[in-house]
Amino acid sequence: MTINPEILLIILGMAAVTYLTRWLGPFLMSRVNLSKKVEAWLGYLPGTILVSLVLPDLIRSGATGIIAGFASLVAARLSGNLFLALVVGVVTVWAGRSLLG
Amino acid sequence: MKEKTLTENVKEDPAQEVDFTRAGAWLGFRQSIPVALSVFAYGLVFGVLAKQANLSFLEAFLMSVLVFAGASQFTALGLWVTPLPALTIILTTFIINLRHILMGASLYPYIRQLKALPRNIILYFMSDESWALTIGQFQQGKRNGAFLLGSGIALGFGWWGSTVAGYLLGNLIEHPERLGLDFAFLAVFIALLVAQWQGRKSILPWIGAGLVAVAASFWLPGKWYILLGGLAGSLAGALFNDD
Repeated sequence: MTINPEILLIILGMAAVTYLTRWLGPFLMSRVNLSKKVEAWLGYLPGTILVSLVLPDLIRSGATGIIAGFASLVAARLSGNLFLALVVGVVTVWAGRSLLG
Repeated sequence: MKEKTLTENVKEDPAQEVDFTRAGAWLGFRQSIPVALSVFAYGLVFGVLAKQANLSFLEAFLMSVLVFAGASQFTALGLWVTPLPALTIILTTFIINLRHILMGASLYPYIRQLKALPRNIILYFMSDESWALTIGQFQQGKRNGAFLLGSGIALGFGWWGSTVAGYLLGNLIEHPERLGLDFAFLAVFIALLVAQWQGRKSILPWIGAGLVAVAASFWLPGKWYILLGGLAGSLAGALFNDD
C-alpha cells in the first residue's frame, strides 16, 4: 500500500485536466449567446458525436461487426429498447466469432 | 427538429425545468448496468496492465477513481517508463479527453438550470457511455440531472471494481472480445444514434461527421477523430441546413 509522491502528482494532474475537459463544454456555452444558429449547432452535436464514435470502430470490426451493428440498429429501430439492441449486438458478435474462430 | 424544440423549451416552458432527484439517479443507475458489465470486462485489462507497469495497487485504484477515463488511462500506461515523462502523460491525457468538451456543450441546454454544485458533480461522471445514455434521456423530455450521476456511479462500480479485480486477481475473462463484450459499447451507441435521426436534415451533418471521423481515425492518433468528426458534422449542419 504505497504511493510514490511523483506518481501521485501525475495522477492528480491527469485527473485535473480530465475534469477540465468535462467541465469546459458547459462553461464555454454559458458564456455564449444562445442564438438560433448556436442552438441549431448544439442540436446537431449528439448525432454527429455518436456517428463519430461508431463509424471508425465499426469499419474496423470486420464483417461480423458490421452485421452485428446492423442487427443492433434494426433491433433498436423496431423495439426502441436499448438493452435489447445491446443483447442482439453482443450475441451476434459472439455467434460470429465463435463460428468463424 | 426534436433537439431544437427541446432546447427552445428550456427558455419558453418553465414547467420543463430540470429535476435532480433520487429517482432520477436510480433510473440512470439501472439503465447503465448492462454497459457497466462491459466496462468491468474492459477494466480488468486495465488492472492487469497497471500491475505490469509497476503501479502500486493504491496508485492504480486512485487513477481509476480520480481520472475515470478509460482510453486516456490505457494510453498513460503505454507512456509509463522510467523516468516518468510527467508532462507528456498529463498533456496526452488532456488531448485524448478533449472530446468531452463537445459532449459537455451538447448537454448544456439541458443542465444549465441546475445549481453549480450538482452540475459540477455530475460532470465528473461524464464518460462517453454515460453522456450518450443521458442525452438520449434528456431528448425524450426526461430531464433529470441525477440520471447522469446514477449512470456514472454504475459505470464507476464497473471501472473501479474491475481495476481492483484485475490488479489483484489477474484477467478473469481471458478473451472478452470472444464473448462480444467489447461490442456492447458500439451496440449502445448505435441504438442511441437511431433516435437521433431527423430525416433529411440529418443527412449532411452525418455524412460530414462520418467522413471526417473515419479519415481522422486513420491519420491522427488517439481520440481526435471523435472531436473532429462531431465538430465538422455539426458545423456543416448549422451552416448549410436551413434551421
